[in-house]
Amino acid sequence: MTPHRFTFDGTPLTAVPGQTLAAALWAAGITSWRTTRHRRAPRGAFCFIGTCHDCLATVNGRPNQRACLLPVRPGDTVTTQEGTGHDPVR
Amino acid sequence: MTPSADLAVVGAGPAGLAAAVTAADRGLRVVLLDAGERPGGQIHRHAAGQAHPPSLHGRRHFAPRARRLAAHRRAGRVTHLPAHHVWTVVPHDGADGAWALHAVAGPDEAPATVHARTVLLATGAYERHLPFPGWTLPGVVGAGGAQALLKSGLVLPGRRVVVAGSGPLLLAVAGSLAAAGARVPAVVEAADYTAYASGLPTLLRNPGKLAEAALHGGTLLRHAARLLTRHAVTAAHGTTRVEAVTVTRLDRDWRPVPGTSRRVPCDALAVGHGLVPQLELATGLGCATRRTPDDTPALVVDADQATTVPGVWAAGETGGVGGADLALTEGEIAADAIAHALRGTPRDPRRTAALTRRRARLRAFADTMAAAHRPGPGWTGWLDDTTEVCRCEEVTAGRVREAVADLGAHDARTVKLLTRAGMGWCQGRMCGQAVARLAGEPPAPDRRPLSCPVPLGHLAAPPTTDPTDRGARA
Ligand SMILES: Cc1cc2nc3c(=O)[nH]c(=O)nc-3n(C[C@H](O)[C@H](O)[C@H](O)COP(=O)(O)OP(=O)(O)OC[C@H]3O[C@@H](n4cnc5c(N)ncnc54)[C@H](O)[C@@H]3O)c2cc1C
Ligand code: FES
Repeated sequence: MTPHRFTFDGTPLTAVPGQTLAAALWAAGITSWRTTRHRRAPRGAFCFIGTCHDCLATVNGRPNQRACLLPVRPGDTVTTQEGTGHDPVR
Repeated sequence: MTPSADLAVVGAGPAGLAAAVTAADRGLRVVLLDAGERPGGQIHRHAAGQAHPPSLHGRRHFAPRARRLAAHRRAGRVTHLPAHHVWTVVPHDGADGAWALHAVAGPDEAPATVHARTVLLATGAYERHLPFPGWTLPGVVGAGGAQALLKSGLVLPGRRVVVAGSGPLLLAVAGSLAAAGARVPAVVEAADYTAYASGLPTLLRNPGKLAEAALHGGTLLRHAARLLTRHAVTAAHGTTRVEAVTVTRLDRDWRPVPGTSRRVPCDALAVGHGLVPQLELATGLGCATRRTPDDTPALVVDADQATTVPGVWAAGETGGVGGADLALTEGEIAADAIAHALRGTPRDPRRTAALTRRRARLRAFADTMAAAHRPGPGWTGWLDDTTEVCRCEEVTAGRVREAVADLGAHDARTVKLLTRAGMGWCQGRMCGQAVARLAGEPPAPDRRPLSCPVPLGHLAAPPTTDPTDRGARA
């Protein structure tokens, strides 16, 4: 099967079809894609089963998507989520 | 879409899948809903790009039931609704059933409602986590989560992975990580396996389970992983990713023993302290709960797997964590009982007796394990005041202790109101156990008005919901 292409903060990456966004990012050596609201600390995936909500990413402009559940779709544009994902761009 | 059914099964793990196909075998019209895309639950995961979960258990127990599910779907006896997260179940006054199940469906979070005469809750469990300094660093992952990442994502959490926490799952996780090529420098178990000795007769009645454990042990030995019992990871170190962990000896109450710490370099830590039943749909309906030997709340069920609310049954981890074989057995018992209750379908007494014996044996085994791995009260000794207890709201142990000591909070609810611990996205699933302990009470059963984040619009729709008092988030 040909891999799906997507981008993370502008970097082109690939995913095995059916792979979740969290797994695809992790495979590329990326282990954090969000900063927290208060301390601006880096977070990636923790529980990998949709429970903890640590893995929230902004996908195609839509914030708060759980990367550990979301299968990558060809052409997805993924960006690091800052805070709530609704913050004004600084 | 509003299919109406004799039975709505929530959860397509081993328990829900077994119940759905057995109920359909008995002639019931079944709707099977699951938040995931594919049936199989937390144990049978499909690797990205592959048709079947590869494990032996998967081939023996999952594959035949998945085939029966496909046949029932084609025959129209089972409606399978994947990617449907049920956020509430409410009584429904109508000819099309006694219950209404409200779900959000698919990536677009579309609203969906199912009506059914009876409900089976087979929503499984999630991992119990106890906080420690550094546990929010990227690269620190759940032990079961590491297994999920490997099985379905085909990715290792790291190259050098310490596995830590408590419970039988740790050995399985360490075994799979090592077999997939990771170095596992240590498996760090807080309990002491001598605690198993008190349950020896139960253990011996379960040779299959012991063989399973021996298999994991053998895999670990082959890969030269060291098993440290009565030890814990008491801190993780690193700046943007975990680089090392501190491993400390514990006393029998899980209190760290001063002067026994050492640093173990690693690039990932897989950590978990057993599983906690996922109960919010059940407690929302008023189902009674009990405490299992490791102090987790689980549903009270009778010999037929019926909960204390008429018309609502439960199977699998919701009635107490006990593994996939127990979940399958309970699913079959429940389905037979529901078919009997709705249609008077006769039950084969030999089959019922065999299933009941099997359930008793596996449940006793689970209770022995739970007692051995019950968290000791001393674990709070590895928190410092700056440790984040609530990952979502970034609330530290210091603030929780302040709420308890200075502001007089004596239960988790008051701590939550004072500090916001447990008010974030995960609704307290990650910190609930820890906050309750810090407040000096045993963890209470899950109470969440919504099982998952629900778009505001859906809340306005069902007549029984009032978005204003449900703490809704858009
Ligand atoms: C992260 C994790 C990893 C595990 N890894 C292993 C392992 O490697 N080996 C092993 O032997 N055991 C493992 N276990 C334990 C094993 O999964 C269980 O013993 C077994 O799956 C129990 O079956 P069940 O049917 O009760 O629940 P589950 O298999 O957990 O199934 C529950 C199902 O319900 C669905 N669900 C939950 N709530 C809702 C809702 N509100 N709406 C719709 N659907 C819902 C879930 O999506 C899930 O598919 C793991 C458990 C977890 C949590
Ligand atoms: S990693 Fe926990 S919700 Fe995605």
